[in-house]
Amino acid sequence: MTTTITARSRGREAARPRGRAAWFVLPATALLLVFFFYPIATIVWRSFTEPAAGFGNYTGLLHDGLSVKVLVRTLVTALIVASVTLVIAYPYAYAMTRVKPRTRGVLTVIVLLPFWTSLMARNFAWYMLEQRGGPIDRFLGLIGFDGVVLLGTVAGVTVAMVQVMLPFMVLPLYSAMEQIDRRLLDAAGSLGAPRWRAFARVHIPLSVPGMLSGFSLVFIMTLGFYITPALLGSPQNSLISQVIGERVSKLLDFGGAGALGTVLLGVTLLVLFIVSRFGGPAKALGGAVTHE
Amino acid sequence: MSEQVIDQVEGHTGGSAAEPASPVKVQRDGGIGWGLRTAVALTALLLIAPTVVVIPMSFSGASTFEFPPKSWSLRWYKSFFGSEKWMYALLTSVQIGLLVAVTATVLGVAVALGLTRSRFRGRGAVRQLMMAPMIMPGIVVAIAIYGVFIRWQLNGTAIGFVLAHTVLALPFVVTAVSTSLAGYDRTQDIAAATLGATAWTTFFRITVPQVAPGVLSGFAFAFVTSLDEVVVALFLQTPDIQTLPVQMYNSITLEIDPTIAAASSVMVVATTLVLLIPQFVRRERRT
Repeated sequence: MTTTITARSRGREAARPRGRAAWFVLPATALLLVFFFYPIATIVWRSFTEPAAGFGNYTGLLHDGLSVKVLVRTLVTALIVASVTLVIAYPYAYAMTRVKPRTRGVLTVIVLLPFWTSLMARNFAWYMLEQRGGPIDRFLGLIGFDGVVLLGTVAGVTVAMVQVMLPFMVLPLYSAMEQIDRRLLDAAGSLGAPRWRAFARVHIPLSVPGMLSGFSLVFIMTLGFYITPALLGSPQNSLISQVIGERVSKLLDFGGAGALGTVLLGVTLLVLFIVSRFGGPAKALGGAVTHE
Repeated sequence: MSEQVIDQVEGHTGGSAAEPASPVKVQRDGGIGWGLRTAVALTALLLIAPTVVVIPMSFSGASTFEFPPKSWSLRWYKSFFGSEKWMYALLTSVQIGLLVAVTATVLGVAVALGLTRSRFRGRGAVRQLMMAPMIMPGIVVAIAIYGVFIRWQLNGTAIGFVLAHTVLALPFVVTAVSTSLAGYDRTQDIAAATLGATAWTTFFRITVPQVAPGVLSGFAFAFVTSLDEVVVALFLQTPDIQTLPVQMYNSITLEIDPTIAAASSVMVVATTLVLLIPQFVRRERRT
């Protein structure tokens, strides 16, 4: 069969299975275009056209005295959440690379536990933990901080978001650290570096890609949180998603909400663009799924 | 920015890693110091806390959100399983979840096959496209879909929920299936073909059994994604159609109804079971 085939038909023979599989992506792509990208484009479009054409909604954001404050608060909160998550996740991920396989299995299951716990259940749990007279309030009272109620504060929202986001930091960190060659640390040690210096000068720099993808992932996802601030925060300390949600559900103001949404989208895409040069959070997300 | 973060990390772990400076170097693989152990234990506690809180709470005898409960009863389970409203929400969620899982799995498997088995222009773009719903801010997606669905009269309809949730679940299926396809050795297909198997036989007898665990975990992920999704569901809800998470949300914000504790526990147990099924299937195959 092979020898008699002409060059042309061989080319077709090779191309056919490829071409056939390529068509498989069409239905899902069409679905996404119609029910995901088209709606998002519509929202951006409406932010420039409703109620009147132009940049009215955007200049409105600058002058209403609230939106800028909320946006800054959201960005700062996301930075704090991502930083705290990184600081908490780093030792955990590091420990995962150092323990026996059985212990690592246990640590992995614990990291994945939040994934398995329904988001509403977790938010409800934090609601109870943080409420007045709740366990955290009483514990803080015991050690001398009376009347610190986390519910309804940015701090309370932050604590819950850190817990929700931890897996998204631990998993990319772990997969980056797993690839670090331990012999490099031994080499540093044999060259006279104390353990902490070998760690700081060799291990930490080598884990930067993991930190970057985890950090950006958590930062982006925190920006878009809606349920946690809506349940645990307060209208006085609202984050951007709450404002967007309220404008739509209470006022049906798609133009104004669209403008805020477009800003949020812009920040997200900017972070993604910056990070895509270093590896990208999609990879980290993939890691999150495949580790299951 | 990143330097600052690195400093913080250094301050945090550097100390614990260096701590047991005993003359004997025990810190080979398999041993970690006490400082690190404490940090890990505290982190584990933080990760586990909410799950651990929800379950005892559901057996509380009190009629408020009181933790830890002072008395115990099954009243909230009775209230959950005895309530038409909650049962209807649960049923709605499960039905939508199953439809989403089927749709997303079929579409997602096709995408994964297309992406791993052929090279075409725009392949990278399609891959990015598929991952977008995971990364876009949830609230923007929610109001965007809501805005369009009002016009198309899809809000408050089962088909609307299924379409929106399928979009959100697709990335998980594509990732799970692509991963299992990536580990698949295509020379097996060629071997089967040289032994006289047709393309269909090869596909169903060689490819499918090996990729099945990935597909199953994609299915489970899609189901759980839909079951657990709140933001879009909050906007698409009408008094006639509500999913369980939306009912849970309303029971905190509007009603302060402790039945949510029982609902939460049911959700925790259900999602855990669903996500564990593919693991067991995989294990059985191995042995």
